[in-house]
Amino acid sequence: MYSPQIVVEALLNGLMLGAIYALIALGLTLIYGVLHIVNFAHGALLTVAMFMVWLACARYGLDPYLAILIVAPAMFALGYALQRFIIGPASHGKDNGILLVTLGLSIIIENALLAAFQSDTRTITTDYSFRVVELGPLLLSFPRVIGFGVTIATTLLLWLVLHQTDIGKAIRAVAKEKLGASLVGISVPHVYAMTFAIGCACLAVAAGLLMPSFYVSPKTGAAFVLVAFTIVVLGGMGSIPGALIGGLLIGVVEAASSLFLGDSLGQIGIFLIFIVTLLVRPTGLFGARA
Amino acid sequence: MTKPRLSTLAIIVAVLAAIAFTGLSGALLNLMIFMMIIALAAQGWNILGGYVGLSSFGHAAFFGAGAYAMAVLQTRFGVNAWIALVIGIALGALVGAAIGFLSFRSGLKGSYFALITLAFAEVARILANSWNFTGGAAGILIKLQTGLPYLQFADRRYFLLIALGFVAIGLLVSWWLEHSRFGAYLVALRENEQAAQALGVDVFAVKMKAIAISGALTAAAGCLYAQNYLFIDANVAFGSWISIEALFAAIVGGSGTVLGPLLGAIVLLGLGELTKSVSGGIPGMDLLVFGVILVLSVAFSPNGLVMLMKSLGLRAPKAKEA
Repeated sequence: MYSPQIVVEALLNGLMLGAIYALIALGLTLIYGVLHIVNFAHGALLTVAMFMVWLACARYGLDPYLAILIVAPAMFALGYALQRFIIGPASHGKDNGILLVTLGLSIIIENALLAAFQSDTRTITTDYSFRVVELGPLLLSFPRVIGFGVTIATTLLLWLVLHQTDIGKAIRAVAKEKLGASLVGISVPHVYAMTFAIGCACLAVAAGLLMPSFYVSPKTGAAFVLVAFTIVVLGGMGSIPGALIGGLLIGVVEAASSLFLGDSLGQIGIFLIFIVTLLVRPTGLFGARA
Repeated sequence: MTKPRLSTLAIIVAVLAAIAFTGLSGALLNLMIFMMIIALAAQGWNILGGYVGLSSFGHAAFFGAGAYAMAVLQTRFGVNAWIALVIGIALGALVGAAIGFLSFRSGLKGSYFALITLAFAEVARILANSWNFTGGAAGILIKLQTGLPYLQFADRRYFLLIALGFVAIGLLVSWWLEHSRFGAYLVALRENEQAAQALGVDVFAVKMKAIAISGALTAAAGCLYAQNYLFIDANVAFGSWISIEALFAAIVGGSGTVLGPLLGAIVLLGLGELTKSVSGGIPGMDLLVFGVILVLSVAFSPNGLVMLMKSLGLRAPKAKEA
């Protein structure tokens, strides 16, 4: 069997990858919690952000972590425009409509990227891509340690925005009572678009954290979609602490099941958790609403 | 509601059959066969997504069940192709019942139902991809043997007729839904589940029957796919492409209508081929067009082409009103 050190190392690395998953799920759960929509284009938007980071690094020689500072506002603007001008009007406010419009968008984005960049996988190499951090006897991947730290910081920042700013108050008000919020003068379409934009900005941060140790192809985001949904459902749709804890948990589960079952079967653990959660407790660990 | 007459359905099927014998090139025949397979899968999707209003994102689970039953039974057990076809369809109904039993018992609907069906299809894909019994990642090749008993034909037109026959069955099933008490139950569930329940509709049983019929039709499409291309692997049989195309065809054509899925499959795949030939080898352009059409159709004709034609005052030649 495996030595305890290998197991602990794998689990810790899984935990840190889980942090990035959590960041992806954070955007998704925020959008669900406020707009009550399942954003199927989330994975495709992650791919867009990853390509932006890749372009910034490969073409303009930027450091991927620094690129976040440029890509995040760009994704914010893109998210705002998408929700305000496409998803909102096209879906007529119907759940099924939103599901289908975001599915359509994800296919458009994925294939537009395919037409523009072909299906090659692209990576960026930095001098720290393969660096390890020694923690006592354990060796941890440096990009993942950074990813873990930045995720925690981003979650705190998001929490502060939601609780200390006017737009945060407006977002929470709309999430609780849409009609009431609009009666006191809050523009609901604007708040919806702002929420969507914040969710997309989270993706930009995740993309910057992923790129030093990961690759991007037009289909990369699709691989994250179900993982992100699993986290959101497990943590409770709309719950921010739920997304964080769910993400870390899923990272560990994935690491454990790929260690013991091999890579191809490894993902099965995630899907089984997903199915079981949906069947047994669809409100998730922290979700209040059904 | 557009309720076509039975005679209209018969004319449409006859016209499609006649087109097969107008001396089409091999490529066009292949396209027509593919259109019929997608139409059939979409008809299956439409039973659940259109009539009951439960959008599935994982009809690949049924399609793959049919395709793998066809391939595994013939290659590993030497079962006759026609018997394999029947078993494949039954397996589709069974998989439908299993997924339905689990999800409906927990009362899943809306986006939760869409997500869980997607997850089931993904689990099936990963299992089929790593299990030796199903050929693993290499997939399964069905032996080429032409002749009626093998359900393989040297002349592509005969296979097209068989696929068309299944589409005709799909049309009949939808037509029956629009004229039967059971179909009325489905629509009642879609419009207001609580009200239907209060009126005495056994919600669970009705949904179970609907998902079994839906699974059987889509599995039949999977069987035909395997038998037509004689090769499947996990990404083809359980891949998300088929879940998406079945859903697209039904929604673009008109979900919850008899002719919607067939019309949608013909229009979508026709446009897809057109895009491919116009764009000249740029990958993904046809799917890009599909995505744009889906968004546009949700935005501007949420009831599909069938209804759009009606509302534009066009008497669609393919959707005459009863």
